[in-house]
Amino acid sequence: MEPVIKVESLTKRFRDLTAVDQVSFSVPEGVCFGLLGPNGAGKTTTIEILEGIQRPTSGHVLYFGRAMQARELYQDIGIQFQHTALQDRLTVRETLRLFQAFYDHPLPLEDLIALCALEDIITRDTRRLSGGQRQRLLLALALVNDPRLVFMDEPTTGLDPQARRHFWALVEAIRARGKTILLTTHYMEEAEHLCDQIAIMDRGRIIARGAPEALLREHFSGVMVRMDDARVPADLLARHAGWHQDGQLCFQTEQVETLVTELIAAGVSLHHLQVQAPNLNDLFLQLTGNALRA
Amino acid sequence: MSLRRFLAVLTARNLEFVRDRSTLIWNIAFPIMLIVGFALIFGNANPVFKVGILSELDAYVSQPQITRSEQVGTVPYASQEQALAALRRHQIHLVLDVDQRLYWINETSREGQVLEELLAWQDPEYRRRLIGGFEVRYVDWAMPGVLAMNIMFACLFGVGYVLVRYRKNGVLKRLHATPLSTLEFLGAHMASRLLLVMAVSACLLAGAIWALDIVMIGSYLNLAVVGLLGTLCLISLGLLIAARSRSEELTGGLINFSTWPMIFLSGAWFSIEGAPYWLQLLAELLPLTHMVEAARMIMLDAASLAEVSYHLSVLVVMTVLFLSLGVLLFNWESDHR
Repeated sequence: MEPVIKVESLTKRFRDLTAVDQVSFSVPEGVCFGLLGPNGAGKTTTIEILEGIQRPTSGHVLYFGRAMQARELYQDIGIQFQHTALQDRLTVRETLRLFQAFYDHPLPLEDLIALCALEDIITRDTRRLSGGQRQRLLLALALVNDPRLVFMDEPTTGLDPQARRHFWALVEAIRARGKTILLTTHYMEEAEHLCDQIAIMDRGRIIARGAPEALLREHFSGVMVRMDDARVPADLLARHAGWHQDGQLCFQTEQVETLVTELIAAGVSLHHLQVQAPNLNDLFLQLTGNALRA
Repeated sequence: MSLRRFLAVLTARNLEFVRDRSTLIWNIAFPIMLIVGFALIFGNANPVFKVGILSELDAYVSQPQITRSEQVGTVPYASQEQALAALRRHQIHLVLDVDQRLYWINETSREGQVLEELLAWQDPEYRRRLIGGFEVRYVDWAMPGVLAMNIMFACLFGVGYVLVRYRKNGVLKRLHATPLSTLEFLGAHMASRLLLVMAVSACLLAGAIWALDIVMIGSYLNLAVVGLLGTLCLISLGLLIAARSRSEELTGGLINFSTWPMIFLSGAWFSIEGAPYWLQLLAELLPLTHMVEAARMIMLDAASLAEVSYHLSVLVVMTVLFLSLGVLLFNWESDHR
């Protein structure tokens, strides 16, 4: 089947900075695709090129198998920007009605209200919304034309953990309706939770791509063991693939019991010992040598 | 161009404006303050006798005695036509032609009758000429300028500032990521401002006529045409000024830069006849000049649309120019890239 969006060697240069460097990927229908990376990796530039907001320096984007002009594209896609102000002094309902009028085939108001949990705030002035309520309204605006493809740029940045969980539930409900979603995030747990496929970006390039579990299986075996940093015999460190990092002693091993026994025998303190399955943060660290969130 | 999208933006903008109480009140209070100020200053103007003197060819002919009184000011005129026009509008109360021993008075001027009695008693050889015409006070003369200036501020700030604010905070960027076209969006914003400005101006005119008994002898329809074209022209100028800028400070500066010359050179407050030629030329390039002049001709002289057609065509040409440049240069992008 034709991918919903197909990106071919996309490059964007601003004067002496290459923000996006030869990026290629495609997103099949019905998939939630995540662009991951630290701030400044080129995620927003990439997604804005796909949204038709910015022009690429070189490369192509095909939507539903063909190139499309931005004006034509906007009947079929929905966009949630990272920063959006709404027109002042309108209520949530009036804002939804305004955006409904822009499209030829809008979703009914009741559907949008139910889909994005807006019942309680429907008559409120948009300036008096909390961060989570605001993101829900912006999501509703992105869905107002019942788009096949939805873009979300850092949708939960700045939200408290509860609001973020709530937003995730909404995104899952949208995906359940068969929508294709392309989102950017710098929260690895968000990507693990929501995305079927991810592409990890760093300095304008895609450095890994695939399903999150597959990527983790490919790059890791065993579990991550961490504790407060301490001196350890070099042969022990080598045998269990260990390293020092950010004041911690880390191991990636399949034999936790052996490791712990040997550490105790070597007289190493096990203060703050943690045993975890490797996650996307570990993957990013392994791929770039940098922590995702400084 | 979709009417549905146009009307949706128009409605949203009207709601925003009407709900912004402070701006709304200011838009109505400021011109009312102006009119009240005028009423206080000009409501009880002291009568001062003014006599227009036509050119004296023969310097040996002595001037009539009334011109020597301290209560009487004299204003020299080069042509009879000018002097009589001023007499018609009660700007002066008597015109004397010293060479011909003629005088003109306005039948509706009480000051003129007093002067005539004095003249007949002191210099009985002067012959009488009567003309008609109603009084035109300074407030009558200035009112078209006050209305036009109020329209100018409402258009430049109301369109320019709002667009720049929308651009700066990303409202424009969000709207642009929908099928809404530039024409639909800008058209709706212009229409919203046009409706508002015309409604407020109509109220002000009615208020000025009621409170100050402003002279308005022309056709209201003609005045509305001038108001409409002038407002469109100033809205287009506001749009052009705000077409690209992301800075409210810069836009404020540009708006001030365009309003100040218009305040002083358009003839809103004082006539610039007799000013240096280059200044008059500059004034011709300002939309407010044409709007004020056309409105004044209609209100004070009952001019027809044909008589003000020069000003109207200049306004149309300027509107087309500002509007096409503004739409062409218009930028939707915000600071957040």
